[in-house]
Amino acid sequence: MDDFSTAFSLAFDMIGRLDPDLVEIVVLSLKVSLTALLVAALIALPLGAAVALFRFPGVGVLTVLLNAMMGLPPVVVGLVVYLLISRAGPLGVLGLLFTPTAMIIAQTLLIAPIIAALTRQVILDLWEEYGELLVSLGVHRARAIATLLWDGRFRVLTVVLAGFGRAMAEVGAVMIVGGNINHVTRVMTTTIALETSKGNLSLALGLGIILLTLSLLINGAIYVVGEWAARRNAA
Amino acid sequence: MTPSIFPLRIENLVYEVGERALLRGITAEIGATQRTVILGPNGAGKSLLLRLCHGLLAPTGGRVVWQGRKEGAAIRDQAMVFQRPVTLRRSVAANVAYALAIRGVSRGPRRLRVDEVLARTGLTAKARVSARVLSGGEQQRLALARAWASRPQVLFLDEPTANLDPAATRAVEEVILEIQASGTKIVMTTHDLGQARRLGEEILFLCDGRLVERKPADRFFAGPESPEAAAFIEGRLTW
Repeated sequence: MDDFSTAFSLAFDMIGRLDPDLVEIVVLSLKVSLTALLVAALIALPLGAAVALFRFPGVGVLTVLLNAMMGLPPVVVGLVVYLLISRAGPLGVLGLLFTPTAMIIAQTLLIAPIIAALTRQVILDLWEEYGELLVSLGVHRARAIATLLWDGRFRVLTVVLAGFGRAMAEVGAVMIVGGNINHVTRVMTTTIALETSKGNLSLALGLGIILLTLSLLINGAIYVVGEWAARRNAA
Repeated sequence: MTPSIFPLRIENLVYEVGERALLRGITAEIGATQRTVILGPNGAGKSLLLRLCHGLLAPTGGRVVWQGRKEGAAIRDQAMVFQRPVTLRRSVAANVAYALAIRGVSRGPRRLRVDEVLARTGLTAKARVSARVLSGGEQQRLALARAWASRPQVLFLDEPTANLDPAATRAVEEVILEIQASGTKIVMTTHDLGQARRLGEEILFLCDGRLVERKPADRFFAGPESPEAAAFIEGRLTW
């Protein structure tokens, strides 16, 4: 119990004086996950909307696939990306293994299906309401995608934040493709796993507190956005 | 000036869902000038007929032919207002501007037309307000303004006042008359006899998916020929 309280006070102390190692890890985590989020959103928002609005061969299969991939285990994503970018893999020449870029690729693959599948549902719901009007106005499907993403912006933002939460919290994928190399690919989750097993509880706990706080902030933001949209009667 | 899309010819129009025929062979020619009111009880097929004419649905039999246009090519000159007003999650002015942008109206003229139709529908004061916080009557007037802005040759209205109180209904009806006065053909459905009397110049009476009677409004209300129309006017519910 004493260890525990010592670890806590040390953890808060590290956060309080902005320990450089701690800051470096937090910054890298945010950089990797935010970049992955940006790339995933650019791909997944139009993709999810297109799956909702277009009738093309294979759209059913794609929908099932996206929904199934929402629950992808991060370690499996990590493994697949590892096989692709390892020296012997098809993309091995790029030399990406154990770099932040590899971690971004893995997290992008992990959260893009989540964002796409949830976006599809948002757009389907909106189409239910807007469909006849948009057809009546003579809106083409491609334009309809942009219209619905904009009009569903609050719900889409919630979806994107959910993707960010998932990226920040996962450990398996970045561990495998990043390798948890000190000062290079060490992020919050991988550091917590490593330092805990080494018995260095204060750093692990400090990072855990920051991670929890971030998670709370993200979910708080989701809630506030939802409430704000509802109050404006815009959701 | 784009050439007229009238007359509208409806040829033996059939709409079936599975085994059920919801429209059973409707034939009519509709001209450009009068206010046409499609009247009938719930489930007669009024809204369906409107959607088929507008091109939102494809008939399972028969044809909708607009003068000089290929099938589906006339929707640019048409507009429709729905029973439950659909408003985009943007400001009142942006709702109208959106419809104009879709029709390719450039920025300068767009702003002028937005101001004009909002003024004529009494919504100028609400231009910057989010459309979603308007009252039901205001939302329906916005839907009318948005439809009007693109200067359609025909405006379809599907029970436009079914959810509104008498004051809001009157405001909507006044706007409908103004839109017609500006040169747009009005085709609307209603099950409200009072509204049909106030707005109808020509009545198409539908019952059970058939066009039972078609007459100038004064003659229709003075002496309906069919037993179904007579029963409907007298308020006897025989279906």
